[in-house]
Amino acid sequence: MSFHPNDIARRTQLSSLMLAAGFVLLLAAFFRTQVLEHQSFATQSEENRLRPIPLPAPRGIIYDRKGQIIAENLPAYSVSLIAPREDSLRAALKVLQPTLQLTESDISAAVRRYRRAPTRPTVVLPDASIDVISVLEEHRIDFPRLIIQSVPKRYYPDGPMVAAFVGYTGEISEDELNKPQYAGYKPGQVIGKGGLEKQYESVLHGDEGERYDEVDARGRPVRGVGPRSEREPHGAPPLKTNIDLDLQKFVAAIFGDSLQGGAIALDPKTGGVLALYSAPSFDPNRFTGGIPPEYWKQLNTDPRRPLFNKVIQGTYPPGSTWKLATSTLGLEQGLVTIDSHMPISCSGGLQYGRRYFRCWEKRGHGSLSLSGAITHSCDTYFYQLGLKIGLARLVGGGIDLQFRERSGIDLPNEIRPRFPARDVKAYYDRMFGPRNWSNAETLNLAIGQGANSQTVVNMAKFYTALATDGSAAKPEVVARNPERKKIMTLSPAQIAGLRTAMAGVTSAGGTAASANIQGLVIAGKTGSAQNTEDPEKDHAWFVGFAPAEDPKIVVAVFLEFGIHGYLAARVASKIIGFYTKAAPVELIDTGG
Amino acid sequence: MRRIVADYPLVAIALALSIFGVAMVYSAGQTDTPTAVERVYKSQIVWLVFGMIGAYAISRSSVRFIEWVTIPAYILSVALLGLTLVVGKGAGTAASTKSWLAIGNVRIGQPSELAKVTVVLMLAHVLASRREPPKSLLDLWKPALIVLIPWLIIMLQPDLGTGIVFIGIFFGMLYWSGVAWPLLLLLASPVVSLILSFSTGLWGAWFLVLLALVLYYRPYLVEGIVLMVANVATGVIAPILWEKLAPYQQNRLRVFIDPSADPRASGYHVIQSKIAIGSGGLFGKGFTLGTQKRLAFLPEQHTDFIFAVVGEEMGFLGVTIALTLFLALFLRITQIAGRANDSFSSLVAFGLMASWFVHVLVNVGMTLNLMPITGIPLPFFSYGGSFMLASWLAIGILMRVSGEGRGKAAFKKS
Repeated sequence: MSFHPNDIARRTQLSSLMLAAGFVLLLAAFFRTQVLEHQSFATQSEENRLRPIPLPAPRGIIYDRKGQIIAENLPAYSVSLIAPREDSLRAALKVLQPTLQLTESDISAAVRRYRRAPTRPTVVLPDASIDVISVLEEHRIDFPRLIIQSVPKRYYPDGPMVAAFVGYTGEISEDELNKPQYAGYKPGQVIGKGGLEKQYESVLHGDEGERYDEVDARGRPVRGVGPRSEREPHGAPPLKTNIDLDLQKFVAAIFGDSLQGGAIALDPKTGGVLALYSAPSFDPNRFTGGIPPEYWKQLNTDPRRPLFNKVIQGTYPPGSTWKLATSTLGLEQGLVTIDSHMPISCSGGLQYGRRYFRCWEKRGHGSLSLSGAITHSCDTYFYQLGLKIGLARLVGGGIDLQFRERSGIDLPNEIRPRFPARDVKAYYDRMFGPRNWSNAETLNLAIGQGANSQTVVNMAKFYTALATDGSAAKPEVVARNPERKKIMTLSPAQIAGLRTAMAGVTSAGGTAASANIQGLVIAGKTGSAQNTEDPEKDHAWFVGFAPAEDPKIVVAVFLEFGIHGYLAARVASKIIGFYTKAAPVELIDTGG
Repeated sequence: MRRIVADYPLVAIALALSIFGVAMVYSAGQTDTPTAVERVYKSQIVWLVFGMIGAYAISRSSVRFIEWVTIPAYILSVALLGLTLVVGKGAGTAASTKSWLAIGNVRIGQPSELAKVTVVLMLAHVLASRREPPKSLLDLWKPALIVLIPWLIIMLQPDLGTGIVFIGIFFGMLYWSGVAWPLLLLLASPVVSLILSFSTGLWGAWFLVLLALVLYYRPYLVEGIVLMVANVATGVIAPILWEKLAPYQQNRLRVFIDPSADPRASGYHVIQSKIAIGSGGLFGKGFTLGTQKRLAFLPEQHTDFIFAVVGEEMGFLGVTIALTLFLALFLRITQIAGRANDSFSSLVAFGLMASWFVHVLVNVGMTLNLMPITGIPLPFFSYGGSFMLASWLAIGILMRVSGEGRGKAAFKKS
């Protein structure tokens, strides 16, 4: 071995230099990690130990126009699990299964929620009963990763009575999570699924808060108090509606269990929806926290279709209620005045070409003015008026009166009415085939039959124009600035004439004389729509308003299998009577 | 026996490191969910005291006595190592290995810790007995054999980390004995081939470098051929060796290249260690307050990854202090080696330093993913009785070497 002092000194120097260089390199590496990249690692360390626990915000309370509660929040308990991995979630669910009485579908739903957002506590039971909660609280030590939270739960004090417009809430689904409109939503969150709840989701959905739990490497919470200050949830502001809850409940009560159909009441000047009911209804409270499968099945197999909103989702031939549209078009185009008679007087029908078109009154009405024809709903008169107007103008005018568009009510899933397009020939050619229709369609259309199916809400909207200066108000459930549009160019006198004629409908001798109310003039029109399911039982319509001289309320009532319009008129008159604080007078039923 | 003057700087630095280390072992036990680690600092103190007593005793003996026990100590340690292959047990990050000797379930110690010291002594004994430093590869067969025997046993345990330490000791001491660096490089070349063979391009480049080295150093023809063959051979068997590695070892090497390759298992250690260190920042989260450690994100926080606790709780400042202490220790030992009375003492000192240096480099580097995870402890810091004891016995030897060599300017040739 070479141990010359010079060699040793050289090696000592070189080794010292190498050692120093090695340590400087190590220190440089630590400097980079601890000083230069500190922020990123500090964040990762926080993310490691802090588990954000969402604090659900209460949804906005929904009020009626007088400040009565339509939808509110009650305290409920949700049970969630924190799991570091899917298999540990499954293991925990297996252990909890008997206590929580979880079904297999509950478990697979929880696993799906976990896959969507593994860092979020996985909701196992969105709305646990107090019994389950007390058992879990007793065994808290055994389930350290369990989170029992007090969460707001949607509650509708009047349940089925308000379901038609308020809708319901439920947990956001997989499909909805994928939609851009629900960007930022997380699994397990509750959203509006129908009605106002859905329409105004962005308003009603509060601002979710967050609490931070410190967890160890196995995901077990270690300290009760979060190390980072929590973010309070912010409840959504209340939603004020135009609904008159008392009226709404009254409407629901009239329909009861026996009647089937829908009704809507509007403020003609603002379009504000005072009441909207579809019968039979369902209980939106049972939808909260997951619909019980048997209830869901029952609703879907009921032939009366409780989940089908008959006011905005059903279209029906408007029947005679549409005669006001025909009248309006005739007056607008100067073809008739309110007192004009038609050349052929009613003898129970009209011969047109090779076909005989019946009037509903087989005995005939004789010669009537337009006013009389409205009051008595004379088909013969309107066949002739329709022919005077002509098919193209009848269709074009109908479109101008907004019979081919949605009413625009602020509720989801409103269906578009069925009405011919402006290019009449092309429309009918497409509908029936080029040679399978004739000008006789004009006659059908003129009395509200044919290729014309309207929603209840759209008919009510049309009548708001008749109840005012010819301006149709867009129906709005939620209170806001009214949107009105002039759809008819009738003079005040002409409108007054139509109203007088409609007032006759509910007067002695009118088609709905039994709907009369003492001291109150109700202007309206009955109608019956052919029922495709049961020809013996027509659907019944009544659309009208009161008081006729200064209308405060427009009501459209549609009764499935109502047989005749006067039944609907009776319902409508009760609604109007309740709203205007006048009691209906039972008059002798004059029939037809 | 001659009275010697104690090397106070050496002892002071070693003591400072040990106290720092015990404090960190204490802190490592402070977790939110208490574990058995909570109490291990006590036994670490006991071992430290034993070690210091042992060090004092050795410092009162003589270098000649140490050289006299070298051969029996070496034989004993190799025998004990051999025994581990039969009755060895695993522990910590390497639970499946056999590096521990145990009676029943009570682990007594790791013979490899003893072997690290005895191999240094034995190598020093052999290298010091030569007049000239080894000039050719053939000259190196004896020192190579001394390291190879325990190394092979350790690789069979298998304990990759300790194996690396032995290689470090071997090359460090050859360098200190005056072996020319091209020869060292040629000696190391098969290992380099082993690593580089995974990339054909790099391996080819390495062969060009090797050729240049051979032309420059001009070894014997046979040597040159053997060297080339060895390089080719290791390059060829590398993939086969890879297959032979235990899956956890393969994973560790894979994770070294990319920790995210296995973030749940092997990569988890490195990722969490880096997070712990990086989140410590300049001044750390405070003694015992590291969240990564408290909440058990940091694995093996009292043994292999104890330096991550230093980084997390004491920050860059603590890391700098610890590393500076280590550097001071190593510079001091290098000085001692340079001033030693005789070549045996000098080689022993340098060998012990080389052994620790590899430990520090690999262990600390591992916490930042600069080195693969090999389960190698940090001297004076990592919890472990036999290592603490062996380290302090080594300090005792160094005290003696330092004492005998103090003030000596010249070195006699042996």
